[in-house]
Amino acid sequence: MYRLVERRRLWFLISLLGILPGILFIIWNISSTGALLPLSIDYTGGTQWEMRFSEPVAPTELGSVFVEAGFIDTKAFNVDDDRTVQVKFKNIDISQKEVIEQAIVERFGEFDERLYRSIGPAIGAEVSQAALLAVIAASLLILAYIALAFREVSHPFRYGVAAIVALVHDVLITVSFLSIMNLIAGWELDALFLTATLTVIGFSVNDTIVIFDRIRENLRRHRGEPLATVANRSIIETAQRSIATQVTALLVLAAILFFGGSTLRIFMATLIVGLVSGTYSSIFTATPLVVAWEEGSLLHRATKPIRAREQTAPA
Amino acid sequence: MRNQYVYVILVLCLFAGSLFVALPLDHPSWLEEGLAPGVDTQRDIKDLTLGLDLKGGTQVLLEAEISDDQILPEDALNSAKIIVEQRVNGLGLAEPTVQLQGERRMIVELPGVKNPDQAIQTIRSTGQLEFVNLGGSPVRPDDFINTTNRPNAVADLQESIAAGEAAPQSVPFPDEVFETIMTGDILQTVVATQDEFTFWQIQFDLKGESSGDFFTYTRDNIGEVLAIILDGRVLSTPVINAAINDNGVITGDFSQEEAESLAIQMRYGALPIPLEVVDVRTIGASLGQDSIDRSLQAGIVGGALVLLFMVLLYRLPGLLATVALAIYVTLNLAMYKLMPVTLTLPGIAGFILSIGMAVDANILIFERMKEELRNGRSLRLAVETGFSRAWPAIRDGNLSTLISCAVLFWFGNNFGASVVKGFAITLSIGVLLSMFTAVFVTRTFMRSFLSTQGEKLMSSRGLLGY
Repeated sequence: MYRLVERRRLWFLISLLGILPGILFIIWNISSTGALLPLSIDYTGGTQWEMRFSEPVAPTELGSVFVEAGFIDTKAFNVDDDRTVQVKFKNIDISQKEVIEQAIVERFGEFDERLYRSIGPAIGAEVSQAALLAVIAASLLILAYIALAFREVSHPFRYGVAAIVALVHDVLITVSFLSIMNLIAGWELDALFLTATLTVIGFSVNDTIVIFDRIRENLRRHRGEPLATVANRSIIETAQRSIATQVTALLVLAAILFFGGSTLRIFMATLIVGLVSGTYSSIFTATPLVVAWEEGSLLHRATKPIRAREQTAPA
Repeated sequence: MRNQYVYVILVLCLFAGSLFVALPLDHPSWLEEGLAPGVDTQRDIKDLTLGLDLKGGTQVLLEAEISDDQILPEDALNSAKIIVEQRVNGLGLAEPTVQLQGERRMIVELPGVKNPDQAIQTIRSTGQLEFVNLGGSPVRPDDFINTTNRPNAVADLQESIAAGEAAPQSVPFPDEVFETIMTGDILQTVVATQDEFTFWQIQFDLKGESSGDFFTYTRDNIGEVLAIILDGRVLSTPVINAAINDNGVITGDFSQEEAESLAIQMRYGALPIPLEVVDVRTIGASLGQDSIDRSLQAGIVGGALVLLFMVLLYRLPGLLATVALAIYVTLNLAMYKLMPVTLTLPGIAGFILSIGMAVDANILIFERMKEELRNGRSLRLAVETGFSRAWPAIRDGNLSTLISCAVLFWFGNNFGASVVKGFAITLSIGVLLSMFTAVFVTRTFMRSFLSTQGEKLMSSRGLLGY
């Protein structure tokens, strides 16, 4: 039998390495900008404007129109092709927009307004608070559900907590990913990132439940076996399913990533990272954690493993 | 295993039915009428309802502009909504919507609007109410006329119509300019009430300083029509029955709704509360079409890859599962039309992810089946155990996804993040339907296959792929 949960020192170390960039980035970001993460205009308020011209337009030149109009903090970059430029700057009203629009048309000719978004800062702040609340509420509800679904094993609450730790782990990994992509490509945390995070949470819990379900079943079948052995057995037995599911999900996500257009690119990339992390965490975080809790030692020491408890009423 | 055939036929009927709904056909009128909320109305279900991000358009979030310690007058937002609706309907768009959100906001959706900035100006503008002498001309409610106060109203309107920025209106007298007697400033209060016979009427009070002129005019013109005009459009054409000193009533064959709507429009030619634009989102039609094309492409490639993978890995069961998956996709599309669900880009993402979950359910089952076969169970027993053993994991996994969907939906609903809401809706419909197709439909197919071709299957490990 493979010794998987016994090597948890290694698995936890790998997780830590994955999470660390995100944590460092958050600390750095708070000290430099005051916000947890680089937030998009969905949360901070601001304007996003995508224009497609008939001729190629240099983003810096277009950006200079905005700077001249007094929006010093303007970012302009190409999207999809060299005729399409997206500009991000602070939140404006319609009369200001008309003035700038005129200036642009004079210098670069008519354009097709592909996307325009302008959101006030108050709304943004409200949305980010609600987002945090949404993640916490979802986690608590899932915790409650797992504790209920696993009420027949001893300490169902521990299974729920382990699943939540795995879920937080996956969120932190996606945050790490976002941090790195922010430094490389300037990605920001937007409303879709929240959607991606909540989806990752859903899938992560789904993965964890598949293994926990097998543990639940194997505890019944192999009474008296140490929990570590039962856990290892359950991981191995579900491994093929985990791989098959992961591959199909990745096939679909990769198809959307490559064919789905720029609007969904960040969303899909985040999902892919989160999904891989979700599978990892269900095997290498949640399950070892349950075993660790039952054995009373977080990092495995070569002591005599305790026996799996008899199937009695929940604690 | 005779009853398996009954199930197979039921599943196939369901498939045919949902395929019929899902296809872009002209559907029979009983179906379209049955889906519509009111009597004598129809809901066109030829095509899927697309969100603004796919068909192009503008979404505006308006907020009542009041300071935090101020209390919003009761019904002010509802009245504002009625006026905004009126103005939005004047823009000549297909199916614009106005929805209240929370206590002080409303969302206005303007599909396919050509000049969003101007449209927003129109929505927020202050309207002008006038009392106009029609001079005996047969003008009816909803007609558009010039008045001495706005002598170019018709010309301006026709210009906007030509530019595609306003809906065509009835203009019976394009060259005539009618005399404005009074403007809406003279009104003190306007309410819809019921008279002693419970007929609905509009009761109004005049401001003291202006009632003299109004009195003189109404006294001299008893029996004539005094039209009520808002921004050039005729609201009502009541006949003066008596001289009006400081208050009067407008009677007519009003329903409660009509009376209240007219009262609100008379009361607030202007909006009852100033509205501030707090969020504007415009998606160009070209970007929308791009997104549709690309999602379709992604869906086809992704679907083909999954099909290939399933058949390679699980052989015959894999093939049956992909048939179940095809049924699943049609059921989803039919459901979107029936509910109806407005399909947005994140909505499509949610749908594609739910396909992933449906496939996962089948993978769980088939892996379990293979395990049982390897342990030397008989084929029939392996199939049954595969389904029953995999079920708790499928159930718990799907339910926890539904829980996060509910949270997402709540989040989207309360904070104008309709993006997130669309995702949650399609994902949860998908998860619910997948529990039906991935488990029930696949199992029905497997069982009926076993009962006819079971012997052949047993002798061929290749078909089962274990």
